Amino acid sequence: MAPLTELAHSGLAQLARLLDAREVSAVELAHHFLARIDSHRTLNAFLDVRPELTLRQARAADARRARGERGALLGMPIAHKDIFVTRGWASTAGSRMLEGYMSPFDATVVERLAGAGMVCLGKLNCDEFAMGSSNENSAFGNVLNPWDAAAVPGGSSGGSAAAVAARLAPVATATDTGGSIREPAAFSGVTGVKPTYGRPSRWGMIAFASSLDTAGLLAASAEDCALVFNSMLGFDPRDSTSVQRADEDFARALQTDLRGVRIGVPAQFFGPGLQPAVESAVRAALDQYRELGASLVQIELPNAPLGIPVYYVVAPAEASSNLARFDGVRYGYRAPRFNDLIDMIEKTRAEGFGAEPKRRILVGTYVLSHGYYDAYYLKAAKVRRLIAEDFQRAFQRCDIIAGPVTSGVAFDFGEKAADPVSMYLADLFTVPGSLAGVPGLSIPCGFGDRGRPVGLQLIANYFDEARLLGVAHRYQAATDWHRRVPPGF
Amino acid sequence: MPLTLADVHRIARLARIQITDQQATAAVTQLNDIFAMIEQIGRVDTAEVAPMTHPLDGVQRLREDVAGPPPDRAELLRNAPAQQDGLFLVPRVIE
Repeated sequence: MAPLTELAHSGLAQLARLLDAREVSAVELAHHFLARIDSHRTLNAFLDVRPELTLRQARAADARRARGERGALLGMPIAHKDIFVTRGWASTAGSRMLEGYMSPFDATVVERLAGAGMVCLGKLNCDEFAMGSSNENSAFGNVLNPWDAAAVPGGSSGGSAAAVAARLAPVATATDTGGSIREPAAFSGVTGVKPTYGRPSRWGMIAFASSLDTAGLLAASAEDCALVFNSMLGFDPRDSTSVQRADEDFARALQTDLRGVRIGVPAQFFGPGLQPAVESAVRAALDQYRELGASLVQIELPNAPLGIPVYYVVAPAEASSNLARFDGVRYGYRAPRFNDLIDMIEKTRAEGFGAEPKRRILVGTYVLSHGYYDAYYLKAAKVRRLIAEDFQRAFQRCDIIAGPVTSGVAFDFGEKAADPVSMYLADLFTVPGSLAGVPGLSIPCGFGDRGRPVGLQLIANYFDEARLLGVAHRYQAATDWHRRVPPGF
Repeated sequence: MPLTLADVHRIARLARIQITDQQATAAVTQLNDIFAMIEQIGRVDTAEVAPMTHPLDGVQRLREDVAGPPPDRAELLRNAPAQQDGLFLVPRVIE
């Protein structure tokens, strides 16, 4: 068997080679990562770990390999954000409301990856119903950032980001509604990719905002994400907004060189609030791209600054509708004492939801209520189109848009918790792409204040994931930021 | 126009979330901060703009109305807070 530290720090392609060469078995890999999860429980990245289930899946993968089956993901460990429902492991969405909930089915994403032979390591902590940018909204406690225990790991996919940063899992699923993959990827120094809206199935993803929710991945590299996307993405008849497109190889452009690639740099992402160390790391990455043969062009996304206000109408509106299902009747929490049915529902929702989901349900209920719909929801939907059209205009002049993921490095626990609006602004640069539905990613490009990681955001046009991943991979082939692992891991 | 305490109680009632006076008082400030941030979209000229409710203006597909295999009743009921005789149990609603 290969040396243990190498296993945790290997990319998926390397692990696949070891599995193919029988230098390591799926069971050995599972044991290895389960042991790491166990020894780093203080990170609080995992909410549910069931070694006996993991090892059963690993044995099944080994049996498939023993029968001669091969596959890039056959026997490869993965962990799932607790937004995806899973048979066998509890599915809570980070909420008291769903504490102990045992799903009768697997989410499509989970099912597809299991079908490819991936071995589930467990479920990952996240902000309650994926609402948050710091993971402080989980009902089950903060996730620590492996780079600095005083720093938030980002959110809402904070458990996914911390688990990959600490190499407790080689890859983790995550979901992005307004930045919940890219922002924690940047804060935790890992690679995070959100594909085009509609390309991954939403079936079995506990719904937050259905016109925005997009499954994606956190991993050590863009190459690893490409390999997993090949099995994860695709049409699902059970998701009414799933996009029908031919299968493609998302790894096909990894070796395509950058000559002729036009990278657009939006003026709106380099405003006064940007931390100087973040700006210099991002600008250095842009210089690197020029050296690698890409050309840089100045572009404008004039309506991007309206992304946050539009998002905080659209997302709460959809959330207030989606979260109406939690009434204490069919599943989940029910208040212990009540007078009648309505009282039961009102107390259940008061006690089962945390502060942030309640806040968003109230905002959403208001913007959809009689007399306010036109001024808020309809207006936001119109401005959303202006934001999406900016991207289409920009992509006439460039192939990829690049800029910072966030205006600063990971902040401290408690720093923004008391002020919702300042927390919301953490997603300033990620929300516009989410509203448009275009694919985007974050890759590590250096370190900023207090040695905390900085992410470079790359955004592509609809369905251009292969090029997006290729452009990210060329940078990662020329640099080693993505190989840096926090001390002690 | 800032929200009042009465507005917050009304919205919470619509959302079926019980809220104490103390919570409502805290919520008034936070919600008004959020709406102050949201108000800037009101200044955007959208006279000629059609609303966009989905990326790529996607529309929801409809499927054929055919019966599939029913889900396992026992498994569905397993997560219910209260159940009886294969049914979800709620407080009495008809006297």
